[in-house]
Amino acid sequence: MIGPYYLQLLILIGINTIMATSLNLILGYTGQLSIGHAAFMSLGAYGSALVTLHFGFPFLVSLLCGALFAAFFGIIIGLPTLRLKGDYLAIATLGLGEIVRIVFLNLELTGGAVGLRGIPKKTTLLWVVLAVLFTVFILSRIIRSRIGRAFIAIREDETAADSMGINSTYYKTLCFGVGAFFAGLGGGLFAHYMRYLNPNSFGFMRSIEHLCMVVLGGLGNMWGAFIGATILTVTPELLRTVADLRLLIYGAVLVLMMRVRPQGLLGQPLRNGIPLLGRFFQQARPKL
Amino acid sequence: MHKIILKAANICHSFGGLMALKDVDFAIKSGEIVGLIGPNGAGKTTLFNLFTGHYAPTRGEILFNNLRISGLKPYQITPLGIARTFQNIRLFGQMSVLDNVLTGQHCRTRTGLFGAIIRTRSSKKEESRAHKTAQEMLHFVNLGDKKNEYASNLSYGERRRLEIARALATDPTLLLLDEPAAGMNPQETADLIELIRQIRVKMDKTILLIEHDMKVVMGISERVAVLNYGRKIAEGTPGEVQKNEAVIKAYLGESA
Repeated sequence: MIGPYYLQLLILIGINTIMATSLNLILGYTGQLSIGHAAFMSLGAYGSALVTLHFGFPFLVSLLCGALFAAFFGIIIGLPTLRLKGDYLAIATLGLGEIVRIVFLNLELTGGAVGLRGIPKKTTLLWVVLAVLFTVFILSRIIRSRIGRAFIAIREDETAADSMGINSTYYKTLCFGVGAFFAGLGGGLFAHYMRYLNPNSFGFMRSIEHLCMVVLGGLGNMWGAFIGATILTVTPELLRTVADLRLLIYGAVLVLMMRVRPQGLLGQPLRNGIPLLGRFFQQARPKL
Repeated sequence: MHKIILKAANICHSFGGLMALKDVDFAIKSGEIVGLIGPNGAGKTTLFNLFTGHYAPTRGEILFNNLRISGLKPYQITPLGIARTFQNIRLFGQMSVLDNVLTGQHCRTRTGLFGAIIRTRSSKKEESRAHKTAQEMLHFVNLGDKKNEYASNLSYGERRRLEIARALATDPTLLLLDEPAAGMNPQETADLIELIRQIRVKMDKTILLIEHDMKVVMGISERVAVLNYGRKIAEGTPGEVQKNEAVIKAYLGESA
């Protein structure tokens, strides 16, 4: 059927799609620049792996535990940080991502720097496909509801959203919780596929990778996140033969992308010549 | 007769050392159209922001239907029945025209995460009711055929009307319009005056508007209040205000 190499590639595409779509909810739909998505992934990964190792729960229950664990922290972290806007929020989430990584690095329970070994391999392509479909289904349902409109309204104009009776703190925290839940799901699948976890797999670069997937595919577009995840999972593999030039080409593609199509491959059209991403770097002060 | 729905007593508001509003008393009766005028920087928009909860007054209190609203947040005040438009139009640009108005229905709907995901019967019913209201509002401001456009693609006059429709969709009893005729041509202004009249007659709303276009203010207001340097210097019928010495002085300066 499919060779083991392609199977691994497909599984990674699936996991990355879950990561990118869940970040897209936070970044693309609600407009909150969060650069700590890998932290939620690691919370889900460690959470589900520990539950499997210590309690021997069935796979589905472990996944759910990991995702809920990540969602719980998403809400806890979201409550104070989401009062910040734009680049300030980016710096806060970046810092929190590092804190989570360093905590895992020093915790005995998670094996510290040696990592967590011996997680049973339970993730199969079928599980991944089901998880992707589940993620996309739930997120689409949310986006096409009253809650999704509140998310987008906050992205477009928080002051006006407040005037519509939208409690922006509540909805931003909700969005963080839901985003973290699915990031945790992706992390759980990752843990039970790799069978080994190391805190350094969930560093800053991993978060940036997720960010690039969403930006490349197009902010605020479900399909965009899938396409971005696919391209950025496959391209590094294709460039393996020119390994030395890999990061260079990878970087050049992104720069070129920003120059010719800043709204992403499937992104929304520009508004006043400013793509969604650019707006994060505009002055983030409330205007009246 | 008509009861007072909004009452502001001894309102003071300062930004650092700048007193934007000093001891302003203000009341609106149910069913009125009240104009709020004054030179630039007089504190008109600040007063709006206090009524809608974007600021909390430094001193004084604001009552809406006998309920103290000063200090509440905008998202808490809107459900009580105050809606507003903004001086520099604030639409959700990358949302469709219909979705913009549907957002106005946010505070009149309840569907939570569970209802949104499962699409329960009650959430479906609520959604279709919200759609119906939104469509009505769009037809009311004559934007029915534009519902699938992005809001950012509308013309200036259409955006103003869409903002009014979105505010009406929150089902307010009091509608605050911040310079609705700013930047409009004479035809658009005439249409706007007609629209505001219709809002009062057909929808039974109370309206407070800030406006620099005197034709609009004097044409539709039953009562006009004048602010200057943060103080209320006059109040009365359009005819009375136009003859008021203090108002003439504020607008034209001291006569030689």
